[in-house]
Amino acid sequence: MKKITRKFVISVATGAFLAVGLTATVMAATPQPGGTLSFVVASKIPSYDGHQETTFGMGHPIRPFYSLLIRVNPENPADPADFKCDLCEGDVPEATDGGTKYTFKIRSGITFHDGTPLTSADIKATYDKIIFPPEGVPSSRKAFFKMVDSVEAPDANTVVFNLKFPSGAFIPAVATPFNFVYSKKDLDAHGYDWHKKNINGTGPYIFIEDIPGQHVLGKKNPNYHFEGRPYLDGFKAISAPKMAVRINAIRGNQASIEFRGFPPKARDDMVNALGDKLTVQESDWNCVLMSTVNTKRPPFDDIRVRQALTLAVDRYAGSKYLSQIAIVKTVGGLVFPGHPLAASQEELEQLIGYSRDIEASRAKARALLKEAGVPEGFKFVFNNRGVDQPYKVVGTWLVDQWRKVGLDPQQTVKPSPQFYATLRKQFDFDVSIDFNCQSVINPIADVSKFLCSAGNNYSQCESQEVEDLYNTLMRAETLDEQRSIMRQYEKAALDFASGAITLWWYKINPHREYVKGWKIAPSHYLNQHLDNVWCTDGKCS
Amino acid sequence: MHRYITKRLLLIIPTLLGAAMIIFFMLRLIPGDVCEVRLAGTGLFVDEAEIELCREKLGLTKPVLVQFYNFVSGYLTWDLGESMWTGKPITHEIAIRFKLSIQVAIMATLVAVLIAIPLGVISAVKQDTWVDYVVRSFSIAGIAMPSFWLGILIILGLLIGSQKFFGEPWMPPIYYVSPFEDFWRNMSQLIWPAVATGYRYSAVVTRMTRSALLEVLREDYIRTARAKGMIEKIIINRHALKNSMLPVLTIVGIEFAFLMGGLVVTEQVFNLNGLGRLFVESVGAQDFNLTQQLVMLVVLVAVFTNFLVDLVYAWLDPRIRYG
Repeated sequence: MKKITRKFVISVATGAFLAVGLTATVMAATPQPGGTLSFVVASKIPSYDGHQETTFGMGHPIRPFYSLLIRVNPENPADPADFKCDLCEGDVPEATDGGTKYTFKIRSGITFHDGTPLTSADIKATYDKIIFPPEGVPSSRKAFFKMVDSVEAPDANTVVFNLKFPSGAFIPAVATPFNFVYSKKDLDAHGYDWHKKNINGTGPYIFIEDIPGQHVLGKKNPNYHFEGRPYLDGFKAISAPKMAVRINAIRGNQASIEFRGFPPKARDDMVNALGDKLTVQESDWNCVLMSTVNTKRPPFDDIRVRQALTLAVDRYAGSKYLSQIAIVKTVGGLVFPGHPLAASQEELEQLIGYSRDIEASRAKARALLKEAGVPEGFKFVFNNRGVDQPYKVVGTWLVDQWRKVGLDPQQTVKPSPQFYATLRKQFDFDVSIDFNCQSVINPIADVSKFLCSAGNNYSQCESQEVEDLYNTLMRAETLDEQRSIMRQYEKAALDFASGAITLWWYKINPHREYVKGWKIAPSHYLNQHLDNVWCTDGKCS
Repeated sequence: MHRYITKRLLLIIPTLLGAAMIIFFMLRLIPGDVCEVRLAGTGLFVDEAEIELCREKLGLTKPVLVQFYNFVSGYLTWDLGESMWTGKPITHEIAIRFKLSIQVAIMATLVAVLIAIPLGVISAVKQDTWVDYVVRSFSIAGIAMPSFWLGILIILGLLIGSQKFFGEPWMPPIYYVSPFEDFWRNMSQLIWPAVATGYRYSAVVTRMTRSALLEVLREDYIRTARAKGMIEKIIINRHALKNSMLPVLTIVGIEFAFLMGGLVVTEQVFNLNGLGRLFVESVGAQDFNLTQQLVMLVVLVAVFTNFLVDLVYAWLDPRIRYG
C-alpha cells in the first residue's frame, strides 16, 4: 500500500496540487475556529441511510454526522491509496494470515450523539448490515465485499474482518464514504429502517434539522474524537437544484462552496467576477461516461460493428475541445487515470480507439462496417440522458464522431427515469450513454462494470474471456501481478467493445477564498466530513 | 344561496375524483419508477432483487386498481401517504412548501392589483392618448416577457449592480425564513419573485381592467349619470369601476390559483422551496404519491378559488342571484 502511495504522490498528486493553486497557502495557515459554513447541494436526500443510498444529495449534508472505520486521508484525498483511521486507532492495518485477515483496533472514549459509547460491536453490526443484510434490507455496496467471509468483534476494542481470499479491493471498500457507522443499540432497538429517517452518529457535527427541499443544519459535536475539531460551529447544506442558482449563490455570497463541481465556463465567469475572492480547486474525477452497445440487436451483435464505433471516436481532440465546455477532460482506459493500475500513455495508445492516428482508425472503422455489411448512412437509436453536464454535451459529440464513419445515430434524450427504464429494463436502444461513477478509487471493483455478468452492465453481452480474467484479477496479490492482469482484462474488455470509455470527468470546485482546509478529492463523494474545514476572519456566518 | 353553496361544494367531489383518475393512470403510463432512479442513479451495481424489494415496499407491485383504491381511500382517513422519495408524510412535505407558495402568491397578487387597477383605469379613461399607449406598451411587455426571464434579469442586475456600487456582489437569500422569524430577510428573498411574477400578472389584469371599464363606460346608466351632471370621478369610481370588476376578478382568481404550484420555473430561478419546485422534483423522481397529491392540491385550489370568485360576483353585482 505504501509503495503505491509514494509512487502516486510523486507522479499524480503533485500535479493535481499544482493545479489547485492556493493549496500551499491553505496548508500553511492556522485554522481559526467558529462560523457556520453554508454550502449548496444540487440533489435531494432520498433517505439518511448511507448503506442504502447512492447519491451525493444524501452524502454532502448527512456525511458530517457520521464517522467511518477508515477514510481517505483528508489532508491528501488526491491519493487513491492513502487511507487513515477514523474510528480505528493508529495506522490502517496490514493484512495478516496470508492476506485474509484484517484486525482493527477501535478508539476508546467515543460516544454517539445520543451519549451511547461506541464499541467494536457497533462496527460489527454496521458491517454485518452492509455486507450480510437480512432479506428485505437493501445494501447498495454489498457487492464491494464479496471477499469478506465474516466480521468478528472479539473484544470491545477489536474488530476482525476474515476474508475468503486476499484482495486489494478490501481496504478501499471499507473506506467507502457511505459506510456510516451506526449504533448497534439503534439497530437492535429500532430495526434496519430506522436510519432512513433518523440520525445518530459519532461524526464531527450533530444533526439539528432537515427542512426538506430547503436545508440541513448541523452543529459542532463537542465530544468529537479528533481533538480541537471540527473547527466550524456548524454547517448549513442548502438545497439548490439549478446550477445557475448555485453559481450565483457563491458569487453573491449566499453560500461559500459547492462540493460537486462546475463546468469550466462557470469557473471562468466566477473568477472574472470575484478575482482573488475565489479559490479554484481542480482534479480528475472518478466518473466516466461510456457508450454501451446492445449486443443483442443486429448489427451490433457483430463485434466488427462495435469496434467500428469505438474506432470512430477521436478522444484526444474531444478532450481538447470538450474540456472547455464540459466537466470532462482526461483520456483514459478502464482504470482511473494516474492510478498505479492504470495504463500508461504508451499502453493506452495500443488499445482499440486510443490511437493518435485518428484517420487510420476511422479508415479501419469504415472497413469493418463495410465488411460487416453495414450500409453508408445506417441509422440507429442512441439513448441519452436529459442532463446537460456532461451527458448531452458528450452525447452530441459522439453523434458527430460516428457520423464521420458514415453512421447516422438518432439521439433520443430522455428524463432520468425514462432513460434508466430504457437502459436497464426495456433494452429498446442500439447504443446508449452509460456511466460509471465511484467514490473511493478501487480499480478492481470499479472495472467490474465491464463484466457481462455484472448487474450494471446493460449490453446483454456474453464473454467468458473477460469473466475469467476478472476472477484472476480479484485474486492477484501483488501490485505488479494486478497491473499485468489488469492490462489483459482492459484489452479483452475494450476489444470486445460492448462498452467503450469516452472521457473521464474533470472536477472543478470554485469556492470563496475564506473557506480553508477542504481539499478536493477525485470524487464528489469523498472528503465530505468537514471536520478539517474552517473559515478565515469570521467570514462564514 | 345556501342551496347553491351546498351544491357547488358537493360538485367538488366528482371533479376531484375525475382529476384523481386522470393523474393516477397517466402517471403509470410513464416508463420507469422511483426505485430505478434511487438505486440505479449513479451507475453502481444494483441487484435487481433490491429494486424489486424497493417496489414492494412502496406498494408499486400491487395491482393498479388496488393502488388507486389506496390513493383515493386515503382522503377518507385524511392520510395522504408518504413521499416515495423521502419516506416522509406528504402532508409534511406540502406544508413546508405551502406557506412559501401562498406568501408569494399573495405578494404577487398585491403587486399585480396595486399596479394593474390604477393603470387599467387610467388607460381606459385616457383612451387613445399617449398615456393609454404607454400603459398598453407596458402591459404588452409584461405579457410577452416570461416571469422567469425577468427573474434572471433581476438577479443578474442585483449581482452586477451591488458589485458596482458596493464592491461586493449580492443576491437575494436562497432559503426561506418565515416573516415572523425575520421579516426583512423574508422580504429580501420574496419581494423579487413577487415583482417578477406580479409584473406579468399585472399586465394581464391591466388589459382586462381597461377593456372591462371601457365596456361599462359605454353603458346607458353611465351616460345617464353624466347627463345628470354627476362628477366624473364618482362615475368612474363608484358606478363604473365596481361593475367592471367582474371579469377582472375572474382573471385574478385564475392567476392566483395558477401561482399556487404553477411557478415552476420562477421558483427554480430564485431557489424558492415552493410547491412548483416540489412538483418538478416529484415528477423527475417518479414519486407518484407526491405528484398525485400535488395535482389534487392544485385542482382543489383552482376549484375553491373559482367558487369564491363566484360568491364575490354576487356581492359586486346585486343583479346576480344564486338559487
